[in-house]
Order: sequence, then C-alpha cells, then structure tokens
Amino acid sequence: MPSPAPTDDRRPFLGRLADASQPYLYSAPSLVLIVAVMLVPLVLGLSYAFRDIQLLNPFSGGFVGLDHFRVLGRDQDFYRALKNTLWWTGASVFLQFFLGLILALLLNKPFAGRGLAQALVFLPWAVPSFLAGLNWAWLFNPVIGPLSHWLHALGILSEPLNILADPQLAMWGPIAANVWWGIPFFAITLLAALQAIPNDLYEAAAIDGAGPVQRFVSITLPFLAPTIAITVLLRTVWISNFADLIIVMTNGGPADRTQIVASYIFTQAFRRLDFGYASAIALVLLAALLAYSMLIVLLRQTLLNRN
Amino acid sequence: MRASKILLTGAHRLAILAYIAVALFPLYWLLKVSVTPNRLLYSEGVRMWPSRTTFEHFEFVVAHSAFPTFFKNSLIVSGSTAVVVTILAALSGYALSRFSFRAKYWIVALMLLTQMFPLVMLVAPIFKMLSPLGLTNSLTGLVIVYSAFNVPFATFLMQSFFDGIPKDLEEAAMIDGATQFVAFRQIILPLTLPGIAATLGFVFTAAWSELLFALMLISGNDAATFPVGLLSFVSKFSVDFGQMMAAGVLALIPACLFFLMIQRYLVQGLTAGAVKG
Repeated sequence: MPSPAPTDDRRPFLGRLADASQPYLYSAPSLVLIVAVMLVPLVLGLSYAFRDIQLLNPFSGGFVGLDHFRVLGRDQDFYRALKNTLWWTGASVFLQFFLGLILALLLNKPFAGRGLAQALVFLPWAVPSFLAGLNWAWLFNPVIGPLSHWLHALGILSEPLNILADPQLAMWGPIAANVWWGIPFFAITLLAALQAIPNDLYEAAAIDGAGPVQRFVSITLPFLAPTIAITVLLRTVWISNFADLIIVMTNGGPADRTQIVASYIFTQAFRRLDFGYASAIALVLLAALLAYSMLIVLLRQTLLNRN
Repeated sequence: MRASKILLTGAHRLAILAYIAVALFPLYWLLKVSVTPNRLLYSEGVRMWPSRTTFEHFEFVVAHSAFPTFFKNSLIVSGSTAVVVTILAALSGYALSRFSFRAKYWIVALMLLTQMFPLVMLVAPIFKMLSPLGLTNSLTGLVIVYSAFNVPFATFLMQSFFDGIPKDLEEAAMIDGATQFVAFRQIILPLTLPGIAATLGFVFTAAWSELLFALMLISGNDAATFPVGLLSFVSKFSVDFGQMMAAGVLALIPACLFFLMIQRYLVQGLTAGAVKG
C-alpha cells in the first residue's frame, strides 16, 4: 500500500502509482472475503467431484477419477431433475418478471397512498423463504387452507385435493410460492430504473404525437433493457439454484416430480451424505449455468453498444 | 375522453388493490392460524376468521421455548452481516462505478461466478475450513459466511446507485483539493443513502432467512438462528401448526419492520436535486 504522500510534494511516479492502485484498494476487502469464503471452498468442492467423500466415513477421501460422472450419465433421476429445473426456472422467472414489470409500471404513476401501497406489495420480500414455503404449503392443504377449495370452485380442480400431492400439478405449488415471493425483487429493480428515465423524453415524445404504446416501446423499453438483462440473468441463475421452497413444500416429491437439480444435490449431500457425488452433479449444473450466463453477458454488451 | 380516463384510473387502482390482496393474503392466513385455538383448527380450517381467538400459541412460544434465544441470535447475525456487507459493497461498488482499470473485467466475472454456483457445493468445504478455526457453532462464523455470500450482489446494487450519481460532483470537489476518498465519503456517500438503505435491507432479510448453512454450521440451541429453531419446532411439535405459525409470525416482525422502515428509500429518485437543481 503506498503511503499517503502530501499533495504538494507528490512525485509524478508515486502519484500515478497511488492513482492506479486506488480501485484495487476500494475493492480489496470484498475480494479477500469472496476469495477466502467462496472461491477457495469452491475449488475444494470441485476436487470432491473426483473423490470419494462420504461425510461420516473416515476411510473415504480417495481419488476416483470420473467414476461419479459415469454414474451420473446413467442416472435417470438426474435427467428428470434437469427437465424439472428448466420448467421450474422458466415458469418462475417469466411470471416474476412479467408481474413485477406490470407492478413497477403501476407504481410509477403518482397516486394518493402510493407509499403505503408500495410498502404492502413489497412485503413478501421480507418473508423468510422457508417460512413462505411452509405458509404456501399450508394454503394448498385442503384441510386448513382455502386454495384448493377456491380452485375447485373455479373449475380448475375437479376435486378440492392438495395439488402438492398430485404428480401432474405439484410443481405449480412451489412455483406459486416463488412467484409470490419474488415479484417484489423485479418490481423494486425495474421501478428504480423507470424513475431514472428523464421525464423530458416522455414530454418531447408526447409533443411529437407519440401514443402511450409507442412511448413505452421506443423510450421505456430501451432504457430498461440493460436492467432487465442483468436482473433476469442474476435471477435465472439464482432461482435454478434455489431449493429452499421445494425442500420445504414437497421435498422433491411426489414421485420426484418436483425434484430440481439443486434439491437433488441437497438430497445426495444431506440424506446420503455423499458429498463426492453431490459435487459431481453440482459441477455439471455449474457448467450449464456458466454457458447460459456468457450468452446473456454477450447479449447485454450488444445492447449497450447499440445505445 | 373524460370517461375513458376515469375508467383507466379505476382499472389502475383495482390492479394495485389486487396486487396488495395477493401480497398480504398468505401473511393474513399465517396470522389467522396462529390465533386459532387447536380445537377449531381443523373444524374451522377454511373460515376467514375463527369464531374464537386465542394467544395461547404465542404465550407458549415466548415463555416455554428457546425461541427468544433464536430470535436474539438471528438479530445479531443479520444485523452484523448487513453492516459488514454494506461497508464492503459501498467500497467495491464505487470502484466498479468510477474507475476503469485492468482487473475490473475479472472482478466482475468473479462476482458473477459467485452468483452462479450452487451454494450447497460449499457446505462441506466451508465446514471443514471453519471447524479448526473454532468458527463452527458460532455466530461469528455465520456472519463471515453470510457476508461473503451477499457481497457480490450488494456490490452490483451499490454500483448501480453510484452510476446514477453524476461524476461532476466529485470532480468539482477534487478540483477544490479534496482527495477522491474524501469526495467519496463526504459527497457521494450521503447522496447514496437510499442505496445504502436498500443494501442494508436486502442483506438483512437475506441473512435472516438463510437456512442451509445455519443448519450445517450450528448444532447446539445456544447459537441456533431462527430458521434452525423453527425447524426443530417442526420436528418436535410436528402436529402443532398453531405454535409453529405463532413462532413464524414473531419471526416476521423484525424483518417486516426493517423492510417498512427502508422501503421508501428503495426507489427514490436517486439524483433528484443533486445536479438537476
């Protein structure tokens, strides 16, 4: 670390060095923490994918090469979990984003009581995720919750049964809980981005005779695009790894119909205590998510360059 | 023309009301179940409000369980994590917002990477790393782990708030002789108060609800956080939904209070008044 030299006798070289090191000094504390608590364990964890690590077996720990991956290639449960993950992530992100965008647009209009309305609709975000899961599992329970009776009355369900126990419908339970819980995230981020759009632009467009739809398409959307790209990227990755709701609500069942890759890893690691196999699955998931993120980053870069 | 405007306004208010109803209903149900006497829980399961209410579930939870300890532990862990993360993320978010430097691309890539891999992968290695340091079964260990998990997202969040503040402000201060750090601390940070509040809120609620690592790293009741405590409730009193939900309602209080306190800062006009005048 360069010593802070008094401004008047700062030599050009030291000055330049101090300037050059400045961004590193600002980011150093965060980086040290991330490397020590995430990157180092990640590398350790990756090595587990090629080793026989059973938490309770003191004789495990040997190198097994690609054995885990050979087993994985024949694991039908894994393929089903992969398909479920796509469904779970796609439906959750789409609904959260779509409903969050509508909410942000609604809240971007001034009206009496907006502060209160905003506080109330953002409230689900403050609910601990596993509590949200328990809460929704309860709502779907026909004995003590109203949802299945309502769905029956609307003709969506032929019987007021618990959809969490129905293999065909069970995935909608955690998705509903996830959408309820995640709408505020998108609404908050998009609302902040909406409020950063200069009002002059809308006024100018209105003078030029642009209608509301045209203004939305040619002003709002281009301004929101970078925010949308980054939030959807972070959210997709995050939700595909988000097993809490599924673990709490269905535990992967019935008949593995709600088992996603993340909850499958959890099951392998915590039920069977097989950290080696769990890490091998996690490695595959990691590779898939990395490829996906590269795609989105490229997309965002193109969008930014175009503006 | 006027009629259609009234119609639009009505539709707007109705849509807002619908969002509020959907957001609040599950919480209302949680509260309803927590005040329903056990005798009525199943017979009056789908009624909107029980014919008789009781606070016996709350009394049990506060007086006869370890719940107050869990509550205190969660408060300590979430509060410390929020403060630590916000300080670190303000610094690194500022670096990403204001400087262009060679490693910037790699820092962003590293932070994105940390958002990508399943955290369940880290449970075993982190346990093995923290164990010899005496940081398992300790609140400090949890604060360290949670801080690391939350710093990347908080950094991006703070960066976006800094990006919304014109550079002219600190450039003017630096022309007047202030160092960049002084300009950052005395001019930029106060303008970012909404961002700081948002970051505090996000991190606090994230730490408050984390379950997986708390379960893995904490084994005794003394250092158990609220989620771990509630799960022990679930296994011990698996049929007593009323008590479980009463504990849940209590655990909602600090998170909701904190959220209500900071939510108005979440989406304030960030640069309003600074340069536009």
